[in-house]
Amino acid sequence: MPNLHLAVALDGAGWHPAAWREQEAQPADIFTARYWTGLVAEAEAGKLDFVTIEDALGVQSDDPAHVQGRLDAVLIASRVAPLTHNIGLVPTATVTHTEPFHISKAIATLDYVSRGRAGWRVQLSARSNEAAHFGRRQIPALDPANLDQQVVADLFDEAADYVEAVRRLWDSWEDDAEIRDAATGRFIDRDKVHYVNFEGRFFSVKGPSITPRPPQGQPVVTALGHAEIPYRFASRAADVAYVTPTDVDNARQIVGQVDVKHVFGDLVVFLEPTSPGFTVEPFTSDAAVFSGTPSQLADLLLEWQAAGLTGFRLRPGRLPADLRGITRGLVPELRSRGVFRTEYEASTLRGLLGLPRPANRYAEGARVA
Amino acid sequence: MPKQIHLAAHFPGVNNTTVWSDPAAGSHIEFDSFVKLAQTAERAKFDFFFLAEGLRLREQGGQIYDLDVVGRPDTFTVLAALAAVTTHLGLAGTINSTFNEPYEVARQFASLDHLSDGRAAWNVVTSWDAFTGENFRRGGFLAEGDRYTRATQFLETAKELFDSWPADAIAADKANGVFLRDPHAGEFRHTDQHFDIAGRFNVPRSPQGRPVILQAGDSDAGREFAAATADAIFSRHGTLQEGQKFYADVKGRLATYGRERDELLVLPAATFVLGDTDTDAQEKARIVRKQQVSGATAIKFLEQLWNRDLSAYDPDGPLPEVDPDVSDQHIARGRASVRMHRDPIAVANEWRERATAEKLSIRELIIEVTGRQTFIGSATTVADSINELVQQDASDGFILVPHVTPGGLDEFADTVVPLLQERGVFRTEYSGPTLRDHLGLAVPDRPIREVA
Repeated sequence: MPNLHLAVALDGAGWHPAAWREQEAQPADIFTARYWTGLVAEAEAGKLDFVTIEDALGVQSDDPAHVQGRLDAVLIASRVAPLTHNIGLVPTATVTHTEPFHISKAIATLDYVSRGRAGWRVQLSARSNEAAHFGRRQIPALDPANLDQQVVADLFDEAADYVEAVRRLWDSWEDDAEIRDAATGRFIDRDKVHYVNFEGRFFSVKGPSITPRPPQGQPVVTALGHAEIPYRFASRAADVAYVTPTDVDNARQIVGQVDVKHVFGDLVVFLEPTSPGFTVEPFTSDAAVFSGTPSQLADLLLEWQAAGLTGFRLRPGRLPADLRGITRGLVPELRSRGVFRTEYEASTLRGLLGLPRPANRYAEGARVA
Repeated sequence: MPKQIHLAAHFPGVNNTTVWSDPAAGSHIEFDSFVKLAQTAERAKFDFFFLAEGLRLREQGGQIYDLDVVGRPDTFTVLAALAAVTTHLGLAGTINSTFNEPYEVARQFASLDHLSDGRAAWNVVTSWDAFTGENFRRGGFLAEGDRYTRATQFLETAKELFDSWPADAIAADKANGVFLRDPHAGEFRHTDQHFDIAGRFNVPRSPQGRPVILQAGDSDAGREFAAATADAIFSRHGTLQEGQKFYADVKGRLATYGRERDELLVLPAATFVLGDTDTDAQEKARIVRKQQVSGATAIKFLEQLWNRDLSAYDPDGPLPEVDPDVSDQHIARGRASVRMHRDPIAVANEWRERATAEKLSIRELIIEVTGRQTFIGSATTVADSINELVQQDASDGFILVPHVTPGGLDEFADTVVPLLQERGVFRTEYSGPTLRDHLGLAVPDRPIREVA
């Protein structure tokens, strides 16, 4: 059986709404650099492939009993980058109200400051309150039980255009565009810096990027999906898709619908080191909720892996407790079964995921091929 | 006590000031170069590190301009990373108020301020050109005349967002299950000519309350904008007389806005060349100017005034006899300096007269008219010049622009800073953790705004 890939999804004090009240929780620190540095260092100590960092263009809830407020996820990832060495850093960034040009250079720069460990979790916003924070368009209030398929399809089409524009901008400089030719006084060979000329239904972007091609060439693009339209989007745009199977048969069925190199199963996890007897307050999520011992979780992951998933994005119910449960409980368990790394085998995120550094779409050789 | 000097380090940019051909010149994009300059500035107890920005690669004659450094990182992202490798240094970024939206920019600056424990600063710039707009959703939507109203309203909106959380909004009271003391934290509503937004801001109030605001405009509207809203103004008037005039002008505008004279710092950009002796420095400065203005660069500069293809001219020969083309279509795009030539024919006549009188070639003339370094001399001479300009109210300090990346500040840090410290005009230790502490600026009040 091939090695499993493991990521953790970091969000506030954890995915359970009451996680911030746990004894070990540090809710007053959520808006500090040391909080995030500590969490990512813990994930790196467990040799995980990458962390994702949740984000949104609005508050999480209007309930004063819940964690509210977030720092920008790209900036958290960047703040952590110089203090970590191997783990991939995959912030969430919303595409619906933002500029492809800005996100392209932000993720490219994250790739520079992390020396090739950047990824991006593409998120779109169908929330009318977030649209009102920008005031440039109206998004009708969507009823989750009865989604207007045309609105949803348009948002995903726009997201696909956005990722295409970002990917073109990442390639807009060839790797050897900077020449510093003293004889002619030219800093760049401008024949190797390209207009991207993206034109779509929703926007156009001329290019080139102001930021040279990042170390990985193309940072890793990831997206979460629960249904057919997002699966199609992920198949067009992503290197890693996160999906939310309910059981092993459902996992097999979803894997058949998503044409992406890596399909990761999302699970909310509550880990108890030894006794399986504890219970979590009633809680549901868009992903399946696991509660049990590391050994039981390892059994489940291997069963689902056999259905075609290449890895998992675990969402710790409580931080830092369930993150430690993953790094100190689950990881040794998986290693004892011979399915998880003991050392990092690559220095870039693409390397950890077995993705080669891609050729540049604008380079002469690539055009011929 | 003499006035205390403020100093900042400008990461070398994409003008010909930056000598990329120097054997010591390193990468302009690898993170190590940013770390090196920032750590040198922090070792020297500088107030802040400064990053410029331009959102489209420059062009001339319809082609990407290739003679200067090209390429730069995303401002916010690199500053957040620098917060991890420095502890006190302020982190100032240039962010455009035209091709951004207030909600996003405010949360990025508030995040940077949290992640740096209170060291963020925002250099607010405006632009309007459709050329840059081609990289963005709305294109070139803004008329030139509206750029300061947009910038003013953008900044006002951002301030409302920065102020939307009370400093003590978060209770995080585990026992009673109360995370937010104030359930309305973050609520805002703003409507004006440019923005119509409402909802809840999602970043709690940051350590400095708001980032420090810098402004760089030199026009009357720019100065007024700075007097009304900025904490520091980044000027280009580095000589005694021009500096004093500018200083008196902008400080004089503050009273109108109910502000004190020390609530707006004047920080001109400045270049420098150091030598063992003044003569040695003068010789080095001459060499640096020749590196900065190659024959090819001189022709390109001339084209910017003439607005014509002058590639057939010899940079070591005389200036063109043909007059500048004064049509609207400009040969150079993506450069702020282009619009400074308001009367190209008059300037061309002036340059031709000077070249004839002083027997200057094109290249020699461009070296003369594009400005020598601000400070040239031994460390003692430079320290004395800086101190004199500050004590005589030509500035409150300087934003220093080294000409070599990333080591171009080392000599200044090692030789000039200790002299300023001996004279008692520059800090030997940081007095506090935040950029506001370094600049002597108070944390702004949080006005209570009615959210209807």
